Amino acid sequence: MSKQTKTLNLNFGPQHPAAHGVLRLILELDGEVVEKADPHIGLLHRGTEKLIENKTYSQAIPYFDRLDYVAPMNQEHAFALAIEKILDIEVPIRGQYIRVIFCEIGRILSHILNITTQALDVGALTPSLWGFEEREKLMEFYERVSGSRLHANYFRPGGVHQDLPRGLDADILKFCNEFPKIIDDLETLLTDNRIFKQRNVDIGIVSKDDALDYSFSGVMMRGSGVAWDLRKSQPYDCYEQLSFKVPIGKNGDCYDRYLCRVEEMRESVKIIKQCLEQLPKGPVKSQDNKITPPPKKEIKESMEALIHHFKLFTEGYRVKKDEIYTAVEAPKGEFGVYLISDGSSKPYKCKIRAPGFSHLQAMDYLIKGHMLADVPAVLGSLDIVFGEIDR
Amino acid sequence: MLNNTDLEKKINSELNTKVSSSKIVHETLNVSIEKDDLKGVLLFLKSNPEMKFKQLIDITAVDYPNKKNRFRMIYLLLSHEFNKRIIIDFPLNENEKVFSITGIFPSANWMEREVFDMYGIDFQDHPDLRRILTDYEFEGYPLRKDFPITGHKEVRYSEEKKKVIYEPVKLEQDYRNFDYNSPWQGTEYIKEIKKNNE
Repeated sequence: MSKQTKTLNLNFGPQHPAAHGVLRLILELDGEVVEKADPHIGLLHRGTEKLIENKTYSQAIPYFDRLDYVAPMNQEHAFALAIEKILDIEVPIRGQYIRVIFCEIGRILSHILNITTQALDVGALTPSLWGFEEREKLMEFYERVSGSRLHANYFRPGGVHQDLPRGLDADILKFCNEFPKIIDDLETLLTDNRIFKQRNVDIGIVSKDDALDYSFSGVMMRGSGVAWDLRKSQPYDCYEQLSFKVPIGKNGDCYDRYLCRVEEMRESVKIIKQCLEQLPKGPVKSQDNKITPPPKKEIKESMEALIHHFKLFTEGYRVKKDEIYTAVEAPKGEFGVYLISDGSSKPYKCKIRAPGFSHLQAMDYLIKGHMLADVPAVLGSLDIVFGEIDR
Repeated sequence: MLNNTDLEKKINSELNTKVSSSKIVHETLNVSIEKDDLKGVLLFLKSNPEMKFKQLIDITAVDYPNKKNRFRMIYLLLSHEFNKRIIIDFPLNENEKVFSITGIFPSANWMEREVFDMYGIDFQDHPDLRRILTDYEFEGYPLRKDFPITGHKEVRYSEEKKKVIYEPVKLEQDYRNFDYNSPWQGTEYIKEIKKNNE
């Protein structure tokens, strides 16, 4: 008599604490071994690209905060760069430095969330309690500069919305001096932790070639030993003037990706410190009032400024007919915007390239042959946020 | 390492008949091809030792409802070794199919599903062409220009049926398209209302 085996279909999510949002995974299990994973996404689809086509360029910026809501300003950056390149706007140096400071703050925000929730998924509670305290401080910086903790809407084509409030640079510097100690503390909890290693080492291994084939980017790719960082290879804003290292992994497993993220946080702190030291004085946004609104004081006195202001907030500025792809190194990988303008004040098309989309696609490849308990570990190390995947 | 101009020349000479036009915009090479040459061109770009465009960044389409060929497919590629990007595009008619490139780039799978979902473009030989981002029984193709921004259906919980039901969209207030081409003269929709009243 032959033994009969049957695979079990398991529905993981869409409401599951380890799914990092609204992910529905249909798993085919043979005992405890996963044979196939079919992610169903789109539960958070809001039609961002369609909405952007129907809004003016400045109305479109807030939609970018709502993509990867863990590091909102990094997304705005890609969109702002696209418009700047088409319109050929020069960003004042102070504006560039402020943008880089807040992009790196975004990177730390995202990596803290990822590292600590991944630890949570494999059974460690304390890191998330410690890490979220720091995130709160960083979000306070966001709030002081833009008025909101998460959906900042701070970057503009041509610079940033407003200058840093008084005292903020000193407070960010203070944070930068204290934060490496917190990273050390987090590392004592995790890096050599026996359970954390057992759950992550040799899990979800990605080879170099597969990382390319599956369109991986960011830490997912660097964890596998590919030295590629858009901040280095295709630098934008003032990244060229800053010195920082790009941590590279060796084995391409979940543990290496964790180590890369930890090191990237340390590098980000260094970048912010350099920026604060070098921070020049001057305007923070382009002085061309056809693109950026004039200061409020001028509006009260000058008719021309009033007209500019009115035109900018009704019709918006027009962007000449063009097409461009710009990408930034977001915390999760290459975040790109493919923008097609048609000469009006609204984009004709705006395709958003989210790094998490291709990472999640590889879920089936990553998890095949692993145990069910490894699903949250792999999912955690992919660093997925549904805001950007579902768009 | 080739610079953009040399790369353009090289691609034009190697693929001569397959390239319909090429130009360098914003320091990126744009190559227009014909629909049927897609696979050949991508294979060439991926394997040529002087190019090595080994990573597919994204696939997308653009809808031009008034053109003879309604859609335009766009493929973005990246070469890590030479730090170069390239954009491939070709026109496409509404009822034409595109060859799936999942055999060349595995990551094309979801990207093609997304284009199918958003634009209704069919891919030949795709292993698993299902909708991806929209709801399970969604109808229509949202990113086509003739799809209304408000959509067709809305969802609510029905107390009588004790389940979530779909209904045609009912808006308390009409969707207003602020078409401020000239703010001094008022918007198009107000002009239309005035015209109808006369």
